[in-house]
This record gives sequence, C-alpha cells and structure tokens, in this order.
Amino acid sequence: MELKTLCELPGISGREEPVRMAIYNECVEKLGKENVTIDRMGNVIAHKKCADENAKRLMIAGHMDEVGLMVISATEDGLLKVCAIGGIDSRVLVSKRVKVGYGENALSGVIGAMAIHQQTAEDRKHVLPIEQLYVDIGAKDKAEAESVAPVGTPIIFETPFTLFGDHKVLARSLDDRVGCYTMLRLLDDETNYDTWFAFTCQEEVGCRGAYGAAFRIQPDIGLVLEGTASNDAGDIPEHEQICVLGKGVAISFMDHASIAQPEMFKTMLAVAQEAGVPHQVKMAVTGGNDGGPIQRTRIGAQTCALSVPCRYIHSPSTVCDLRDLDAQYELVKAFLQK
Amino acid sequence: MFELIKKIADVYGATGRESAVADTIEALLKDKVDSITRDAMGNLICEKRGTDPGGKRIMLSAHMDHIGFIVAAVEKEGFLRVAPVGGIRVAYSHTRHVCFANGVQGVIVQEPVADNEKPVMKHMFIDIGAADAEEALSMVQLGDIAVYAPDCFRLGEYRVAAPAMDDRIACALLISVMQQLGETKDTVYAVFSTQEEVGCRGAKTAAYGINPDVGIALDVTGNGDTPKTKLPSVKLGDGAAVKIMDNGSISSPEVVSALLAAGEKAGVKTQREVLPYGGTDAMAMQTTRSGVRVGTVSIPCRYVHSACEVIDLRDVDAAEKLLLAYLQ
Repeated sequence: MELKTLCELPGISGREEPVRMAIYNECVEKLGKENVTIDRMGNVIAHKKCADENAKRLMIAGHMDEVGLMVISATEDGLLKVCAIGGIDSRVLVSKRVKVGYGENALSGVIGAMAIHQQTAEDRKHVLPIEQLYVDIGAKDKAEAESVAPVGTPIIFETPFTLFGDHKVLARSLDDRVGCYTMLRLLDDETNYDTWFAFTCQEEVGCRGAYGAAFRIQPDIGLVLEGTASNDAGDIPEHEQICVLGKGVAISFMDHASIAQPEMFKTMLAVAQEAGVPHQVKMAVTGGNDGGPIQRTRIGAQTCALSVPCRYIHSPSTVCDLRDLDAQYELVKAFLQK
Repeated sequence: MFELIKKIADVYGATGRESAVADTIEALLKDKVDSITRDAMGNLICEKRGTDPGGKRIMLSAHMDHIGFIVAAVEKEGFLRVAPVGGIRVAYSHTRHVCFANGVQGVIVQEPVADNEKPVMKHMFIDIGAADAEEALSMVQLGDIAVYAPDCFRLGEYRVAAPAMDDRIACALLISVMQQLGETKDTVYAVFSTQEEVGCRGAKTAAYGINPDVGIALDVTGNGDTPKTKLPSVKLGDGAAVKIMDNGSISSPEVVSALLAAGEKAGVKTQREVLPYGGTDAMAMQTTRSGVRVGTVSIPCRYVHSACEVIDLRDVDAAEKLLLAYLQ
C-alpha cells in the first residue's frame, strides 16, 4: 500500500476501523487468510512462518491509531464540544480544519475559539485549553449538531498528504502509519524468525492494544516500529535535538515505557552498521510505546524501538524524511535475515 | 554481614544493567539452591524445592537495580548530557562522583541557573575528563548509565551507608537467608529482580513465570526519625518493618499476620509500616495472573535515593531471623 493511502485513512485511537480493514486486506492478500486475525481489541495480527521450526518468536509492532478529537456534547447554538484522544498540544488546535466522522458522510469543520477582538490582554497570555474550544460544523442548533455528529463521533485533522522539499513528506498521521507502512513492506521479505506482525490499536492512549497482542503472540523478541519526536528544527542546542531528519532510523536505548535490553540495543546497532543502513541513536528519553507491554507481558521479551524521526509530532502537520522511512525498512529487513 | 553488604553494594548495577550483580549473587548461591535461571528481563531466579509436593510456592523478591543517569547526548566540549533512570533527586546529585559499567569515572555537575529557576535534570552534565565529543565517545556510548560510585562505610556501631543500599541491602539479606535456609515444606523462589526503580518491571515477568501462591518483597523504606521527618513512623534500629500499605500495594492481611507472628516466634523486634508514598515489587506480584497474596519486609533507610543511604544492621538481623522463621 502507498504511504499516501495509509496516511489518508482516518483512525483515531479506538476508532481504527478504516485503517484496520485496509491493513487486514493487504495482509490476507500476501499471507493468506489462515495467517491473519483481528483480535478482540482490534489489533491485526499476521503470522509469517519460517523454515526453522525452532526459530525464535519475533513480534514486530506498529500502531494503526493516530491522535485526534472526539465529540463529547453540543452547545445550544450547534457547536461541538470535544476532548483530545491522545496527547495533543492545545496550542496547535485553534482554527485548524477538521473532518468530523469518517468516510463519505464526514463533515467539514473548524476548531473555533473566542475572537481575538474579544480577548483581554490577560486572555492572550494563556493557551486556550481544549475545554474552551469548540468544533464548528455550521449546524444551526443543538438538535442538528447532535443528529449529524452524535457524542463519540471521531474527528481528525484535515491535512492533505504533501511531498515537499528534500525527500520530505507532510501529513497528518505519520505517527505511526510510517511503522505500518514499513511492516506491510516487510510482509514480502524472507525471515529467519517465526515472525508475527502486530498492527496495534489504542497506542496513543496507553498502548492498550499491545497488551493483548503480546499475550497472544508470546514473543521472545519485540521490535517496535514507530514515528518519534524530532526536535531538530530551529535554534535548539545539538544535545537537545532528540533525533535529526535525514540522518537515518533512530534506535532507542530507553524511553518512558521500556529500557531496551543492552544486548538488544547493541545488536540493532551492529546490524545497522553491517548492513550499511543510515542510523542514529535517539538522544533523549522521551515518549513511550508498545515496547513497554511487549517487554513485560507473561515472562517477558527483549525489545527495542526503531523509529522514523518526525517533526511537529502529534500536531495536524507532521513532517518526516522518506530516506529515514527507507532506513527503518532496511534495518528490520537486515535483522530478519540475520 | 557488613562484608557481604559491602561486596554486593559495590558491584555496578544500574537499572536495566544488572547482569554483574546477578553474576556475583549466582556465584554465592549456586551450591545452596536447586536451580538458577534468568529470564528476558534479566531477573535471577533461584529455586529451592520444598519437601511437600503439595506445598506452597513462595516468591521472595529483592531488586538488584540502582538508580542512575543515562547518557542521552554528548556535547562538542566532551560533556555528557543525561536523563534520569529511576527517582534521581537533582538536589542530591550536584558534584557527586559517578561511575560507569566499564570503569569510566565522572563528576556530575549542575550548570549555573537563574536565581528563580529550579534546577532540573537538563541542567546537569557529567564531566568524564574528555577534551571533546570524540574522546568522550571513545570512553562511553549513548545509552550507557552512570551511578553514584561505590562508597560503602560504617557509621557508628550499627549503621552502614552506601549509595546502592536501596536495594542491595535486601539482596544481601536474601542471600544470607538462602544460605542458612534448611529443608522447608514449601518451595522457595529467591528472585533478584531488575528494573524496580522504573516501575517494578522485572518482578512482573518473574512473578508470571513462577506463578507463586505468596509473594514477599524485600526492600528499604523511608524513616521518621530525622529532623522534620515524621512519616513513616518507622525508626532505624527498631527492628524489621512489616509493611501494611504503600502507594503501590495494600499487603494481604493474612501475610502481614504471618510475618508479624514469625517475628514474634523468632524473638525479634518488628515495626508496622504505613508508607504514604512509594511502592515495591509486591505491587507487581500482587496483580499478576489471577492475583497473588503479598507482603513486604522493609529495612528502614535514611536518605533514600542519595549517595549515602543509611541502614541499621540490627534491623537487617531482625529481618533475617523473621524470614527464616516464616519460611520454616
């Protein structure tokens, strides 16, 4: 599947259905129906066997869900009150265009706030919290708003997928459709592991899908394919940049959910070096991902996260470098053949 | 006991980097137990089988890991920028001697901050004597972890200070218990766990693998006997502390009763502990599989998470006798 297609599918946490079905269909096409399941949480789990029956069990995880908003009520004058799904910076919300609902019936909307003319000097010093914002879908009153966008309706940012500049791409859901994209590419490759691809759900609200997936798969090793925060733009000292666009796949020694076992971290560095894959060590302890649950479900597994650096992550407009995406794929491909 | 404490406390073993501690403990226990294994999280699991095939499975857990500073970036001038691994207190760190697994030594220093600014970890750097980034990276790599350098010494007649007392004191205690433990009806699993300081991560997988009937964590606890510190009400030298509750678990009442009774039987002093913060491996064990009855035996400790964590040998002795009485 093209990255553009994957990124354009809507799928906030807990409402991943369009992404799930597209991924499920491609997995079935490539591996056969008997090797692909959707579990109760909504994870897609695709199994690719290898010739060696005693091969280690490898779980490769990337999450399908993206951050977004959800309708929680409507005001008397037909505006939607919303909550954030996943970690969203309130500073990026005001006056962004959104799609309310999925598919053909999705409505256009805009995130509104009090006009600047009416804000006091004091108001302007603060970021408006999400409780003071609303989504305007042009509805005439509460009844109309409730009928077209009932409570629980998912909302995504409306950002066209755009290629620009030097190998750069700007899109809404790169975290973590980049990981899903790499995993779909890997379905075609030879592997020396008993390999389980887990396209997980609800990562952005606490890695909820990965628990059940890891329990089912019982991996010896877990690789987490992610998009991760890059802080390389602007006037940032080198040691606070986390990771840099265009420098290769970012290998993590630790984040807030897991510490990569030292042998696992060293193995990934060695594989990258041997295979000549552009790579960098992620220079900060930030975020958390499915590596946490995968590492510590049942008797535990060795894990490491391999990420595509993303600028402006969790915002409507995330930017990554396609060469880093390639490097993520090449690194895992080399690992599978080890 | 002091010699054993010093031996275990001096070994390098940051959170996530516990293998040298596990090697040291394995050498001390390999002839005393029936099997020793390690799992994917690096837990050292020592099994001593009971005589009764229908006996219980009792898991004792003492964590090997020690809070530290992970190298996240290197500056052009050769200074290391770090992130905390576990509950590092920035105020305790300034100008402390630290060391790495490979023997590289360093000093952690706080850069100047504005008068109204509170120092946080991003203001800290480690000086390892390197002239530039290239030299620094020939000495340490991104992802290496520094800990407070070993410095175990006696304080007065009964007390001992060391940086890694949390929780090597309990490792030493558990080693000593296993060395003395005779035949028991129940099967005992002495687990030297990993990554407790970042959320009891090792004990979680160890407990899943062992599937115990009872889990007892061995850990240090805060004290209420230094200036302006009143909670918890435990005091150094007043005996082994039996935990009733902390922020991570409410001990199972039947385990608390059994531990207190064992203390009485052994004729040692015990204190009831209610800690208004913190958590131990008991919280990970308690919620594993369909649930496990748990308790914690604590050694009162002053200045926890500093480079001088202080315990009292009399409390360790009480805990040792209590545990032997409990298991037999």
